[in-house]
Amino acid sequence: MKRSLSIILGLAFALLASDMLRAQTQLNGAGATFPYPIYSKWFDAYSKEHGINFNYQAIGSGGGIKQVTEGTVDFGASDAFLTEDQMKEIKEKQGSDILHFPTVMGAVVLTYNLPAVGADLKITPEILADIYLGKITKWNDEKIASINPDKTLPDQAILVAHRSDGSGTTNIFSNYLSKVSPEWKEKVGQGTSVNWPVGLGGKGNDGVTGVVKQSEGGFGYVEIAYAIQNHMPYCLLKNEAGKFVGPDLDAVSAAAAGAASNMPKDMRVMITNSPGEKAYPICGFTWLLIYQNPKDKVKGKEIAAFLHWALTKGQEYCKDLYYAPLPSSVQKMDLKQISEIKLK
Amino acid sequence: MQTNIPQTTAEGRQQQTGGRDQKSEPPVVVSTQNGTARSTNVGDVVFKNLTLLFAAGVFSLVFVMAYFMYKGSSLSIAKFGWSFLWTSVWDPVKGDFGALPYIFGTIVSSIVALAIALPLSVGVAMFLSELSPRWLETPVSFMVELLAAIPSIVYGLWGMFVLVPFVRTYVGPFLSKHAGFIPLFTGAPYGFGMLTAGIILAIMILPIITSISRDVMIAIPNSQREGALALGATKWETTKIVLSNAKSGIAGATMLGLGRALGETMAVTLVIGNSSKISFHLLDPGYSMASVIANEFSEATTDLYLSALIEIGLLLFAVTIILNAVARLIVWSVTKRFSQ
Amino acid sequence: MTSESNAGVDRWRKFKNAFMISLSLFSAVLVIAPLFIIFGYTLSRGIGSVNVDFFIHMPKPVGESGGGMANAIVGSLIMIGVGSLIGLPIGIIAGIYLAEFGKNPFGAAVRFMSDVLSGIPSIVVGVVAYVIVVLPMKHFSGFAGSVALAILMIPTVTRTTEEMILLVPHSLREASLALGVPSWKTTIRVILPVATKGITTGILLGIARAAGETAPLLFTALGNRFWSTSLNQPMASLTVFIYDYAKAPFDDWNRQAWAAAFVLICIVFLVNILFRLVTRSRYGIGNT
Repeated sequence: MKRSLSIILGLAFALLASDMLRAQTQLNGAGATFPYPIYSKWFDAYSKEHGINFNYQAIGSGGGIKQVTEGTVDFGASDAFLTEDQMKEIKEKQGSDILHFPTVMGAVVLTYNLPAVGADLKITPEILADIYLGKITKWNDEKIASINPDKTLPDQAILVAHRSDGSGTTNIFSNYLSKVSPEWKEKVGQGTSVNWPVGLGGKGNDGVTGVVKQSEGGFGYVEIAYAIQNHMPYCLLKNEAGKFVGPDLDAVSAAAAGAASNMPKDMRVMITNSPGEKAYPICGFTWLLIYQNPKDKVKGKEIAAFLHWALTKGQEYCKDLYYAPLPSSVQKMDLKQISEIKLK
Repeated sequence: MQTNIPQTTAEGRQQQTGGRDQKSEPPVVVSTQNGTARSTNVGDVVFKNLTLLFAAGVFSLVFVMAYFMYKGSSLSIAKFGWSFLWTSVWDPVKGDFGALPYIFGTIVSSIVALAIALPLSVGVAMFLSELSPRWLETPVSFMVELLAAIPSIVYGLWGMFVLVPFVRTYVGPFLSKHAGFIPLFTGAPYGFGMLTAGIILAIMILPIITSISRDVMIAIPNSQREGALALGATKWETTKIVLSNAKSGIAGATMLGLGRALGETMAVTLVIGNSSKISFHLLDPGYSMASVIANEFSEATTDLYLSALIEIGLLLFAVTIILNAVARLIVWSVTKRFSQ
Repeated sequence: MTSESNAGVDRWRKFKNAFMISLSLFSAVLVIAPLFIIFGYTLSRGIGSVNVDFFIHMPKPVGESGGGMANAIVGSLIMIGVGSLIGLPIGIIAGIYLAEFGKNPFGAAVRFMSDVLSGIPSIVVGVVAYVIVVLPMKHFSGFAGSVALAILMIPTVTRTTEEMILLVPHSLREASLALGVPSWKTTIRVILPVATKGITTGILLGIARAAGETAPLLFTALGNRFWSTSLNQPMASLTVFIYDYAKAPFDDWNRQAWAAAFVLICIVFLVNILFRLVTRSRYGIGNT
């Protein structure tokens, strides 16, 4: 017994020791679930190419912001850009400003679970707001039926789903609703975490997708990759120009067209409810939150190298995962911003 | 008065062969003034104090934990005071926090759990202590123990994939149709909700209530049973007497079960629906204290937010400690009373 | 009272008796049923996916099927191991105190506190570990997870150690003392070896409890998609993996979650069965 014990202990020590001796080749990040499908692909591919591991935990934009503020991660990710107060707090606690690097653009789609109805259900902003305010509760409500004459809607309750965690996706969605519904703006407002009038909470984009997928009659807002990967239908939404648009890549890119030319220097901008005939109304950039003055310069260099890769080669992975690559003007600004990271 | 323990043959033999495997002196037993014997052997003193140190460590662990939790929630306590307990706003954006929806959800799901588990547990305890043949008692007890050993995440997994659809498809509509006049039994048709959480909690607390109730009932002396039977009582009437003797012990067991239900996290988080609205419909989604900590802890963006969550943890800590302490005292006193 | 009304009352009493007995039987069945239902369902969903891949491979990116949980399994093993290194000595030595010197009010207080400690929700233990370890260290770590698991193990180990030592027949102790062996040596060299088998299974029980915990690891060890054996980094664990994969809408992930759940439940059951078998020979000393 004693011998086997000492063998085990010896092995354990060797394992731990070898680990400490090995150079630090892992960086930790946390944040949004919105870009998680493409980030997990990026980090996997980058790890294979360059041997550096980026460990990303998709805990929601709120979580990403928090961890960046506390300095418990090397980088964060969020689809809600930081507010002035949040940036001030990070400056105080970590002694560094935060640089926002938009990485991709994604669409927030309304997915539903109505097997008999099929794909491409049409809805308007007013109906959407009413559903989330709890005013429309049944699928065969007149308002929905009247714009979908080709579909038979069941006499079933709409099982509304929303995020239970602090979410950039919620931020994009509630920002849109605030723009199209004065009642929503007044009663609920915009934010990463809002006081939902109705509905079931799911954690992360995956949680909401799971809730809708499991409940017949379910209805929720998720990033498009989650809906497609789970073979779930999503709605055609009426945009500012009056057209019913689906969230395909051209529609998302069209949404960013206006913003691209007027991109502010700090790259913090919302692109919901864009004008433009082809634009899909609920789109957003998602950002990597990077310390301008990283404490660990070695890690800072690795992050800068990864950013360069992500903003050039990484963009090629976007289409397959239903994210829109950055418009070229944004991409140029982004690449230039990398040089602002203080690596000395 | 000093007494020397005489050198025994083992020691003597060792002396003869020239080697002693112990460097310490033979124990000298000293009889002190009040008659207790105390060893002055150095090894004994060291040993006793070393073990005492560790035992003291275990003892103080609870206080250490309480201290750190209190420190962590100081921001939130300072800002909200007692109103934290009855405010239902939970607004991370504005920095306004009140724990009422979570306290409510925790209490409701726990009460549902107790309502389901208590009769069943007492029934099984009754079966195990009074009715079952000897050969059946061990396997059944063992199976109840195994039920307690199932990790809570597995309960959660099963709850989410099996129980939720079951409640959504059968239990919910059944209750709404036949008991729908009582608003308590109506609610949203999600399947996720406080009723489902209560059901899964009930399964999880069954073992602890059962095993302690059974122990208490077994501890009731046979003289009680014999007396009743001698007077012509049926098995059930005899059992009724045993039950009434074991009443406080069963109450203690129930409190321990309640304590477990209040703090259960993973199983509840996956089935309760995570909705911060206070609702008096059992089928509606809710939120429990443990669930909100699990969901929001890693993303509390401000110090106040984190402090509010730690304060909820402190509440849970305090309540479960009090429940456990009182329950253990009750159970201990009942079994002591009957073992004499 | 006529004999007829007596007979009526008797019949009613007999009926009540039969009714309550059958109710009791029924509740026994109802209570045991979930055990088989849950285990059976986990078995059916999980067993198909428990293959070599599961144990050897790393997780794949979102949306791609296949892959395994190698890093989670190793992570769990490491955290349980380190947690045991911290928690077991504390529990065992405290248990020795309770058995040897614990028949006084302080011993009763320690026993009481240990029981109270075992009733603290594991999520609260996780919060404590966060405050004590993660905040000062300024990052998540496998070490923080280990600390949380250690705290969870201590009550079970303490109590079982005490019970197992007390089970050793007094005659052994008396014989040793009569031979002039000092009390402390008696405990260590004579009593403990005899109680070892029971203490070991008590330890296994404590470890099994810690192994099944998810909540305290959520914000201490956090999680890790990559292979990491460093205690200074976030660490993957089997239980948190089950949680993440279960909530996800990806069918492939759900499948893996069930496989992991099945592995977990088997391990825990095996330990419990072992414990029961060992302590069944309670009234004998067993083999040393």
